[in-house]
Amino acid sequence: MAIAQAAPLLSVRGLTRRFGGLTAVDAIDLDLAKGELVSIIGPNGAGKTTLFNLVTGLDRPDAGNVSFEGQDVTGLSPETLAAEGIARTFQLGRVFGNLSVMDNVLIGAHTRLRAVKPAVPLIGPLLELGLALLRPANVKAEEERLREEVKVILSRFGERLLPRIEQPAYSLSYANRRRVEIARALALKPRLLLLDEPTAGMNPTETAEMQALVAELKAEGLTILLIEHKLEMVMRLSDRVIVMDEGKKIAEGAGEQVRTDPKVIEAYLGHGLSGAADQRESAA
Amino acid sequence: MSSWLDYTINGLIVGNVYALVAVGLALIFGVSRLINFAQGSIYLVGAYIGWVAVVQLHTPLPLTIIVVALAAALVGLIIERFGLRPLQNSVRIAPLLATIGISFVLDQLVMLTFSPNPRALPSQLPDVRFQIGGGTIGPLDLLIAGVGLTSALLLFAFLRYSKLGWAVRATAQDRDAAMQMGVDVNRVNQAVFGIAAALGGVSGLLVGMYYNQIDTAMSLQATLKGVVAEVVGGAGNVPGAVIGSLLLGLVESYGVAVFGTSYRNLFAFLLLVVVLVLRPNGLFASARQAPPEPLTGTFIAPSRPVRIPRWALLVVLGVFAILPLLPVSLYVLQTLINAWLLGMLALSLTLVAGTIGQVSLGHAALLAIGAYTSALLSLNFSVPVGLAIIGGGLTSAALGTALISPSFRLRGHYVSIATLAIGEIVSLVILNWEGVTRGPIGVSGIPPLSLFGYELISPTSIYWFSFAVMVVLALLQARLLGSHLGRSFRAIRDDDVAARAYGLSLNRYKSLAFIFGGFAAGISGGIAAHLYSYINHETFNTQQSILALTVVILGGLGNVVGAVVGSVALVGLPEVFRIAAEYRILIYGIVLLLLVRFRPQGLLGTI
Repeated sequence: MAIAQAAPLLSVRGLTRRFGGLTAVDAIDLDLAKGELVSIIGPNGAGKTTLFNLVTGLDRPDAGNVSFEGQDVTGLSPETLAAEGIARTFQLGRVFGNLSVMDNVLIGAHTRLRAVKPAVPLIGPLLELGLALLRPANVKAEEERLREEVKVILSRFGERLLPRIEQPAYSLSYANRRRVEIARALALKPRLLLLDEPTAGMNPTETAEMQALVAELKAEGLTILLIEHKLEMVMRLSDRVIVMDEGKKIAEGAGEQVRTDPKVIEAYLGHGLSGAADQRESAA
Repeated sequence: MSSWLDYTINGLIVGNVYALVAVGLALIFGVSRLINFAQGSIYLVGAYIGWVAVVQLHTPLPLTIIVVALAAALVGLIIERFGLRPLQNSVRIAPLLATIGISFVLDQLVMLTFSPNPRALPSQLPDVRFQIGGGTIGPLDLLIAGVGLTSALLLFAFLRYSKLGWAVRATAQDRDAAMQMGVDVNRVNQAVFGIAAALGGVSGLLVGMYYNQIDTAMSLQATLKGVVAEVVGGAGNVPGAVIGSLLLGLVESYGVAVFGTSYRNLFAFLLLVVVLVLRPNGLFASARQAPPEPLTGTFIAPSRPVRIPRWALLVVLGVFAILPLLPVSLYVLQTLINAWLLGMLALSLTLVAGTIGQVSLGHAALLAIGAYTSALLSLNFSVPVGLAIIGGGLTSAALGTALISPSFRLRGHYVSIATLAIGEIVSLVILNWEGVTRGPIGVSGIPPLSLFGYELISPTSIYWFSFAVMVVLALLQARLLGSHLGRSFRAIRDDDVAARAYGLSLNRYKSLAFIFGGFAAGISGGIAAHLYSYINHETFNTQQSILALTVVILGGLGNVVGAVVGSVALVGLPEVFRIAAEYRILIYGIVLLLLVRFRPQGLLGTI
């Protein structure tokens, strides 16, 4: 597996976040090359999701920096980072419950609206309001195009979502909500996709489907940062694996290499390497 | 001219009284993450029970205090048991709305029992003043300070040393963990509501004695002051609430000393807005806390809107359009004109509270801005009435959005508090800015409605005009909901964190929602001004805000048709059943409570 040494897509240096006395993320370094899939594993509470929050702007670091495509993006708002092409899914599944599947995924495409969101300073928002009410031909065409795109994205999930396209998300099964989340992330046409436990709470069939989908996305060249407890999936998909424990990076490297690392085994000790973590996850 | 020491003593005494209310609010917020908007009503009930005890039963002072504390605690227990416990597992908006409804029901019950006229509440204490340094202090001041300190000590001992007190603290820290450890959360809630109500009731009694006057308007003021003090101290923080209260008392007292009494309330609300903007977690919260746990779209009740076929809508629309041509009485037309005006306000509120999830309790302020702008434009600058009304709508959109913008970073209950405070600020500015608004005298002689030079005097023409304006606004709003903005607004309501992660700027879209909603409300206010021909700072009051909120809940949050149907129902049905005016607010409150409990999605469903 060749790791591009040229300017990485995402580069994290010394990223630190403290909550009171607890250092949730402790001086993490991380590089992600274009097209690479890196997994972050570690026991619950290791700081994986906090790291995601820091990279996507939902939380601000106490120290360290994040750069994306060579630009320093530390502490930028999540809106700005979304517009830069960073999309994520959430650990507990945050779909918009009262919105239909179609609308949920269309929100994913929000940063790509152009016709209805002219980039005019100051009066931009008012123009947006006016265009939303008037809906000239180019606005209608844009909306139509995005709706078609959404259908294409949803067809990646076979018949799971397409028949339910007009149903509100709260009525979907848990697994389907996770799929809607991923569809919403794909609608952003991300340059970097962060997946936070995409298979949490899924049964083996559903997990296999999700694994196939992530493999497909990787094959299409998408750069992916993955948090996952199911180690078999991690080993199959990842170019590299990073292990976190108590906020620190304790190991990094190819899957097999990490798996036999004594520090990693110690971190998981008493939990079993993969089984117990899975069970705890599905209980949560 | 009293000395600064007097103002300081006064500030601390008043702060002590606020503390009794705020501590109760903080306890309740601690265990149930709920801002109890009914706290001021319990305070009101306490004051009136005290009046009954003192004036009619002639109880001695210690007994009066005990009677008031017990009676108020009983009210608190009833609220907890029947008003809030059934809502434990419902969406977050439900208990918020329930306490608002309970507050209106209690206030109205007191008003109906005792009449709204102020009453004297003698203090039963000798009227002497002791000289201290440059200031004076009376026995009542000492009593208030004593009650404040005693309750603080008792509360501290209870929380620190009793088993139930431990349970309260454990529940406040982590409700789920406490439950798993076998804490009976219902008992904790009961205890907290009982204590909070007892403190609130005694506070009402003491304030009544302090000013030797009680009236039914005390309730809202007490809620606001208590909430301000609590939020300043940090929501759920009991010692913070005490310090926040004393601070608020001092700020008010010094403010009155410098600027005069009519500005008293303004300081409280300005303090609130400043704290909410600069330190939304209160003065004593650590600056950075762990980010809140994800909450997945549970702010409003999930539901599917009732689909109404287009032809049915058109038929109903047609019937209302030709109504004046049918043999209907003027009374019916007048009632419906009121319904259409309320409908415009409800459209505005259903967008703001329903579609984008910012439950505004100060919506009448938008009416007032629109009304004053339109009235003053036509009177002072001879702007034609039609244009003046549009000017009112635009001003309301711009000014309303600017005023509310500091609260865009807030969530849930805090938005309601901020809007309530901003509503009060608007009304106080109207009262005090005499150069422009003519102050307490109000604006009279506002020209009647006219369009292209033709005056609309006949009820028929006014009916058509208001109906047409409302229909146009409703159609525009329906079109808005069908656009990308509709889904963006609803996404922000369902989950603002996920919405931001997908590039939706909260400031931008909340502003747009308030601009659109502010316009509709401003138009409604503008039309009302020209219809009434006289307006003052009390024409558009909190009652209207609450009525509009009830309409919105009744129709279904975010539901355009629902807002109109709800307006016709809440304006029309009391007329049909000939319910006397003084009972209406009571009925609105009860309707709100029943809806929250039994049909939270409203008649036509949330959109």
